[in-house]
Amino acid sequence: MNHKSTIRNNKNRRSWTAEARKSFKKHWQLYFIVIPPALFFLIFKYYPMLNTVLAFKDYNVIKGIWGSPWVGMKYFNLFFENPMFWPLVKNTIYVSGYLLLAGFPIPILLALMLNEVRNGRFKKLVQLVSFAPYFISTVVMVSIIMLFLAPRLGFVNVALNYFGLDSINFLGEPGMFRSIYVWSDIWQNAGYTAVIYLAALAGIDPTLYEAAKVDGASRLQKIINVDLPGILPTIMIILILNVGSVMAIGFEKIYLLQNPLNLVNSQIIATYVYDIGLKNANYSFATAVGLFNSVINLILLVSVNSLAKRFSNSSIW
Amino acid sequence: MIKVQQKIKDSAGDRLFMIGIYVILFVILIAICYPLIYVFSSSISSPAAVTSGRVWLWPVDISFKGFKVLLNTPEVTTGYWNSLFYTVFGTIISVALTIMIAYPLSRKSFFGRNFLMIMITFTLIFSGGLIPTYMVVKEMGLIDSRLALLIPNAIWVWQVIIARSFFQSSIPDELFEASEIDGCSDIRFLRSIVVPLSMPIIAVLVLMYAVGQWNAYFDALIYLKSANLFPLQLILRSIIIQNNSAGGMMDAMKMVERQQLAELLKYSLIVIATLPVLVIYPFVQRYFVQGMMVGSVKG
Repeated sequence: MNHKSTIRNNKNRRSWTAEARKSFKKHWQLYFIVIPPALFFLIFKYYPMLNTVLAFKDYNVIKGIWGSPWVGMKYFNLFFENPMFWPLVKNTIYVSGYLLLAGFPIPILLALMLNEVRNGRFKKLVQLVSFAPYFISTVVMVSIIMLFLAPRLGFVNVALNYFGLDSINFLGEPGMFRSIYVWSDIWQNAGYTAVIYLAALAGIDPTLYEAAKVDGASRLQKIINVDLPGILPTIMIILILNVGSVMAIGFEKIYLLQNPLNLVNSQIIATYVYDIGLKNANYSFATAVGLFNSVINLILLVSVNSLAKRFSNSSIW
Repeated sequence: MIKVQQKIKDSAGDRLFMIGIYVILFVILIAICYPLIYVFSSSISSPAAVTSGRVWLWPVDISFKGFKVLLNTPEVTTGYWNSLFYTVFGTIISVALTIMIAYPLSRKSFFGRNFLMIMITFTLIFSGGLIPTYMVVKEMGLIDSRLALLIPNAIWVWQVIIARSFFQSSIPDELFEASEIDGCSDIRFLRSIVVPLSMPIIAVLVLMYAVGQWNAYFDALIYLKSANLFPLQLILRSIIIQNNSAGGMMDAMKMVERQQLAELLKYSLIVIATLPVLVIYPFVQRYFVQGMMVGSVKG
């Protein structure tokens, strides 16, 4: 028995290498064209992962990354004991938690509503228009926010004054920061995400609708009993991806919206890494903070995924 | 026949429900359009009208002064050319590299495709982070060079996944077997059969990468130091968000006029930075939707 299986293993191994050799020989051109992209991933994605050893070293420009002395967990401890630690974690989670709670259901509702519309032209128009803001750059998005919310000349304050209300310095109010961030994000991206759900809705088996019709279901009942279950797998996958990237919330927009007045609520881990790393050249500390963030995020993604797998059979891998 | 049935089916409750949906969608439509129209109208209004809050929806005292000043502002025109340069060359590099990895990954006879696929997908869920990546770019001597915006983010994993599933689902194996018998090499097959058959997905790749490159600012912010290399988005940030006023022309003006013009220029800048994308978009929208549907076939 044992003997037999070793033979089979050997055979397998031989066929494995033989297969590889055959493939290399016959399709060497495929391996040839894959070299540049593979080098790209090695150099710009995997080499930086090696460079995270910086977090465990005292970086010294002259000695380089590998020559610098090891310091163990020094920079992690420095971060955990830092008074900034909890505010940073809190800000990061609050902003993305808010975005998740408000931003996750809206595209689903939008897609369900659009799916009910039978007037082809109106449906196309809404889709076209709601998708458009997705193409606006982050810089322009933040510029529009700032122009609209400007204390004196901004459209919103001019309107408030028109109705006899006092002006508000929106971007200077720490308490308003998260709402500004989240609702502008929804304005920009809901139409884009809705398209994914619309695609899923288009794939629902038409016989289910006929059955619902025969049973005399109203439109709302049809949405609840046919549409929603039909797009549940898509909903779950997008939910996993969203929850799994809570710590990886986009740096770009928050950084542009920051100002000294709202920093209490707008300084998140990613922007802090930029500040201490690239602005103050404290490479080791910044790498440690960034690594902490990446690892937490990885753990989060894997655990959300396995939870989803257990309870609803959805998984992103 | 079907239509008649539907007419009978719509009960009073359903009709009310539909009215509700139309009203909500109409409100959403306005909420999305209004800021865009407002910005556009402001950009072609007179400086005084913009600063006195007289623009509500349509342009007031139409003037193209903002655009004229911007055309004569060297940093803006340089930024515009730079952005065009990065968009054209960045897109070419990115699309080529994406096809070069997505095509082999789509072929069953490519040994190690699963391993390679796992390796590149892993980079989606874990990355070295900002500083370690910066160190690599620095080590490669790319800091403050145009290549820093073209190479370090050249391949997006999502695009590879989308392209790969397109190749897998739309290039039949029989086609490949037939051409193999005819003695067609892999590269020749890719060039003269796969690429011509994959124009829809290549259109998606081109559009996504081009828009991404045109809209990017972050890489330029961290990797570039010389102002003459800055893309338009960085110039925008400096003028609008950091409130550095633009235009050498403004020196000779009175304080009030200068302030009014500075305000107008912000709107004009937004328009010249966004218009190219938003004007092309309605014509290419179906490709984007197509691309997203291909992508959603698998996760």
